[in-house]
Amino acid sequence: MISVEHLTKCYGDIVAVDDVSFKIDEGHVYGFLGPNGAGKTTIMNIMTGCLSATEGRVLIGGYDIFEEPCQAKKLIGYLPEQPPLYMTDTPLEYLKFVGEAKGLGGSELKEQIDKVIEQTKIENVKNRPISSLSKGYKQRVGIAQALLGNPKVIILDEPTVGLDPIQIVEIRDLIKELGREHTVIFSSHILSEVQAICDQVLIISKGKLVAFDQPENLEKLLLAPNEIIITTDARDKEIRDILAKINHIVDFTIKEEGAYTKAQIKTDHKDVYEVSRQIFLGFAEKNKTLLEMALKKTDLEDIFIELTEKSNSNEATESEGIKQ
Amino acid sequence: MIAVLKHELKTYFHSLATYVFGALLLAFVGIGSVLYNIQAAVSNFEFVLSFGSLIFVIIVPILTMRVLAEERKQKTDQLLYSLPITASQVILGKYIALLLIYLIPLSLICFYPLIFSRFGEVYLLTAYGSILAFFVMGSALISIGVFISSLTENQGFAAGIGIAIILFNYYSVRISEYVSSTAIGSVIAMLLLILVLGTIIRYLTKNNYLAYGVSGLLGAGILIVYLVDSTKLEGLLPAIMRKLSLFERFNAFVNGVFDMTAIVYYLTVIVFFLFLSVQSLEKRRYN
Repeated sequence: MISVEHLTKCYGDIVAVDDVSFKIDEGHVYGFLGPNGAGKTTIMNIMTGCLSATEGRVLIGGYDIFEEPCQAKKLIGYLPEQPPLYMTDTPLEYLKFVGEAKGLGGSELKEQIDKVIEQTKIENVKNRPISSLSKGYKQRVGIAQALLGNPKVIILDEPTVGLDPIQIVEIRDLIKELGREHTVIFSSHILSEVQAICDQVLIISKGKLVAFDQPENLEKLLLAPNEIIITTDARDKEIRDILAKINHIVDFTIKEEGAYTKAQIKTDHKDVYEVSRQIFLGFAEKNKTLLEMALKKTDLEDIFIELTEKSNSNEATESEGIKQ
Repeated sequence: MIAVLKHELKTYFHSLATYVFGALLLAFVGIGSVLYNIQAAVSNFEFVLSFGSLIFVIIVPILTMRVLAEERKQKTDQLLYSLPITASQVILGKYIALLLIYLIPLSLICFYPLIFSRFGEVYLLTAYGSILAFFVMGSALISIGVFISSLTENQGFAAGIGIAIILFNYYSVRISEYVSSTAIGSVIAMLLLILVLGTIIRYLTKNNYLAYGVSGLLGAGILIVYLVDSTKLEGLLPAIMRKLSLFERFNAFVNGVFDMTAIVYYLTVIVFFLFLSVQSLEKRRYN
């Protein structure tokens, strides 16, 4: 559906997007994840024709966004970071304008407007000036605008920023719902959000695409070991003896807290349960009680930090290399 | 384009600037008619328009300052870029909307000569000829205003620059009598103008070589002409200032001549500045 090839964008000497390539298929929800200033907005602006690229190209349904912008743009609905609303219009007037600009007219336009108003639940404010609406409603009007013309791809740039928790949940539900009929691409710097609604995650850091996979696969990808946290009434030395007999333990820390001792055990075994079973049996053998055992699986947050920090440290070594 | 046009018109009717524009134009032309046609009992309506044209200095920037600057400030230009319409359609839609807004007070003014003709002999042909020219000249000024608005996101700045440029254009003929008419004076002035042109080219295209190339060629041309035959450059600067003045050309109509070259000149100015506005809008995607 969308194919981005070797996209590069420079502002003078600053490289905002650095040789990014990916393909997006129909009918999934894609999440762009990255810290602030990573280049998410720049990539989205280029994909929607709001910005030119220094190099590379973007194909939307086979149309090049730079060569055949009108055909390509008909396939996309875009909500920029700041909803592009005319404050003096009412939502109804605004949607009418956008619909007409997208080439709709007559009864088709009316039907479409009614449909998106229902989808985004803005029926009760549709005749009030946009300037008087709350941020959540403004965001909805922005999304409604993107939905007009029934585009195949909907691109939303940080759609939940600045909303209250209830509105965030509502917008997320809306995105999930849209994912059934459209291809949805949205950006966020909130991990739990991406984890909750995306089928595919693209992690972007410093203008580079550092990972592109399903959230579950990304977790598997991670090389960092899993952690087991135990609380026991055994003492420091006894725990060391027990753990020494168990394979696949990379590292552990022990902390005595009054009558109890807490230990954090890191393992690189593929099956964490196998290790926890051995720990349990080891303690049982010594006749010591395990009061608590918890598994801490690495989640997307760890992957995110690791991947973005990795690209940071790479850069650091590179620049050091240049200095030398 | 139609969608942009309809939307712009709707916005104008919600905007105070539109009413100020119409009211000031009608007030100025009204005062002119009282002074010339009623008190002085002159039967030529053209003089009224010549008098009224001064108000363009204020009202054109008031009308055009927000047309693109506001889009940029509110970030609604991103919507326009992402919609399946071209920059030319956006500019044309907005420009035609402005012309329609301008036509409303002007259509009221069209009744004045008819009213006066009931009380005496009025030269209707020259009256309506000059009203048409008045419309085309105003349209040319509006196209300049649109271009200035496309350069900035600050409405006040757009209005200020607009007033300065139109005022300079209004007085340029009078100023031209005081500027140096020697050959060397013309060369210096031409080189300065070429520098300004080069800066605009560089701003619009972000292409240093093109800007340097064009400025270099033009500059070299001027210098060669100066070295070969410096008499050709004498009086060039005042002549250019007179030629560029939009208001000066309107005087032909006031004198009862329907000057086709003036109309062609106005239309050229309109096309030129609308083209520049489209380029300016397109350029923003490339920065």
